[in-house]
Amino acid sequence: MSAFGTVIQLVYLAAAACFVIGLHLMNTPATARKGNFVSGGGMVAAIVATLALIIHDGTVTATGWIVLLAGALLGAGAGLYSARTVQMTAMPQLVSIFNAVGGGAAALIAIHDYTRLAGTGGGVPESTTVTTLLDVIIGAVTFSGSLIAAGKLQGVIPSQPLVFPGSRQVNAVIAVVAIGMSGYLISTVSVAGLIVVIVASLAFGVTMVLPIGGADMPVVISLLNAFTGTAVAMAGFVIRNDALIIAGALVGASGGILTKLMADAMNRSLANIIVGGFGTGDSAAITAAAPGAGVRSIASDDAAIQLAYASKVIIVPGYGLAAAQAQHELAELARLLEERGVDVSYAIHPVAGRMPGHMNVLLAEANVPYPLLKEMEEINPEFPRADVALVVGANDVTNPAARRPGTAISGMPILDVDQAKSIIVIKRSMGTGYAGIDNELYADPKTSMYFADAKTALAELTSAVKAYVG
Amino acid sequence: MSSVLLTDLTIFVLSLLVGIEVISKVPATLHTPLMSAANSIHGIVLVGAMLIAATANNPLGYILAFVAAFFAAMNVVGGYVVTGRMLKMFRRRAAPPAPEVTAPAAPDLTGAAPSEVTRSGEGVR
Repeated sequence: MSAFGTVIQLVYLAAAACFVIGLHLMNTPATARKGNFVSGGGMVAAIVATLALIIHDGTVTATGWIVLLAGALLGAGAGLYSARTVQMTAMPQLVSIFNAVGGGAAALIAIHDYTRLAGTGGGVPESTTVTTLLDVIIGAVTFSGSLIAAGKLQGVIPSQPLVFPGSRQVNAVIAVVAIGMSGYLISTVSVAGLIVVIVASLAFGVTMVLPIGGADMPVVISLLNAFTGTAVAMAGFVIRNDALIIAGALVGASGGILTKLMADAMNRSLANIIVGGFGTGDSAAITAAAPGAGVRSIASDDAAIQLAYASKVIIVPGYGLAAAQAQHELAELARLLEERGVDVSYAIHPVAGRMPGHMNVLLAEANVPYPLLKEMEEINPEFPRADVALVVGANDVTNPAARRPGTAISGMPILDVDQAKSIIVIKRSMGTGYAGIDNELYADPKTSMYFADAKTALAELTSAVKAYVG
Repeated sequence: MSSVLLTDLTIFVLSLLVGIEVISKVPATLHTPLMSAANSIHGIVLVGAMLIAATANNPLGYILAFVAAFFAAMNVVGGYVVTGRMLKMFRRRAAPPAPEVTAPAAPDLTGAAPSEVTRSGEGVR
């Protein structure tokens, strides 16, 4: 290896070390920003080194420079614009789109490499073919699957599971085509065959994500994130670049861990989520159910007085809060209570929101200090000491039925809201959550229901607290 | 299996284990920024896009290189910027409330203004 080549490789190694250190610094919110800078520094170094490498090698044609620079500049502009303007509630969509383009770029690298080698008339080495095919399949599935996921999150594609008769058979056929053709390609060089694999993989990504319901999105995004990482690592195998392999493996690990955490938090296996079912999206039909016997509703004045004279309040935000974009109103109410000396904290279930940790970002945006955001294991022992648990837009994750066997959510880890001295639930109707079952918490004698949209309810509570006890 | 492939596989598996070790320690509070940070890291695929641009010499190659460069650059720039934007919002103590935080809610709150005055009055006392 030339001295120049060695330097480039060392820069790649340093970049990889920066990625690991950057991720390590994310273990507390206090150092996380520094971690992002370290990781970004490594990235800049790797890109500059690559630029030096391709200038040094001098193989880039004039057209090559034009397409590379034009592509990179336009892409950078698109990335910058979307990152600057995205709403925090739309973060899952953006992450999905970045997954899509990352996986797509990885697949394109392998496709380019394959067509180039095939074009030279020489054979493609077997080991390269296997990684090329893995890269193309995983990358293409990630690309189309992530776009569908983003569409569902954005509401462009209906978020309920879309299943048509025989869809599972179609899925299986597509998978068989992709795998069968890949097997054929290992022994034979054929660009047409590669195109079949690409098309089948893209189709598989679509048919894989379409039947998955909106509430399972935290798992799907994590899984697609793991796929993207793996695709990038495979691209590293194809073009023999260690930086891509290491970075891809790190992302694969991150996505894998988050996938497992999310699936555990919903008490469902990954296979069960991918295959679909569970609630099957028609739970909306049951939402018309009238308030049943034993359910108490409460007016804003009473709720405000209860909150204002409490000494400890635990707020339980759920997806309904994010959907109503009411995080600022919630933070406002909490600040008001804190000014009165009430001890306020937030209980965040792992699947609150549409992606892992989403609720924390929404509350951080609403200026809630992060030490108040408590994880499930941390806050559960505190519920018995809470005078009021204020549930805003959360449902299944508060249902005590999960502790008993034999219900749709049995075994799912829940927040012990029912152990608080009193409970106020802000909810639009008695409708069921994603699991499609009644929440036993609502019939609890300690529970009062505040029937309203989260945003309206919180604004009313805030003004009531100000007016009656201010 | 060639020794080159074996070396690459070794690097892949060990990196995977390092990733699992490091990422298991990230608190749930930061899971969204973590995923976004991981997203930016797979933007390294831009390096791959640059390398394929270096070998492109026909229209198909140019198209593939262009799209790959576009996708990868969007990934890497957008990823780092949005991660930074999110992490900036995580504060230990509440910052002085930004005016736009309360503004949208203000019109619905009839009677909020007088009580606001009383409240600040009490603060003085």
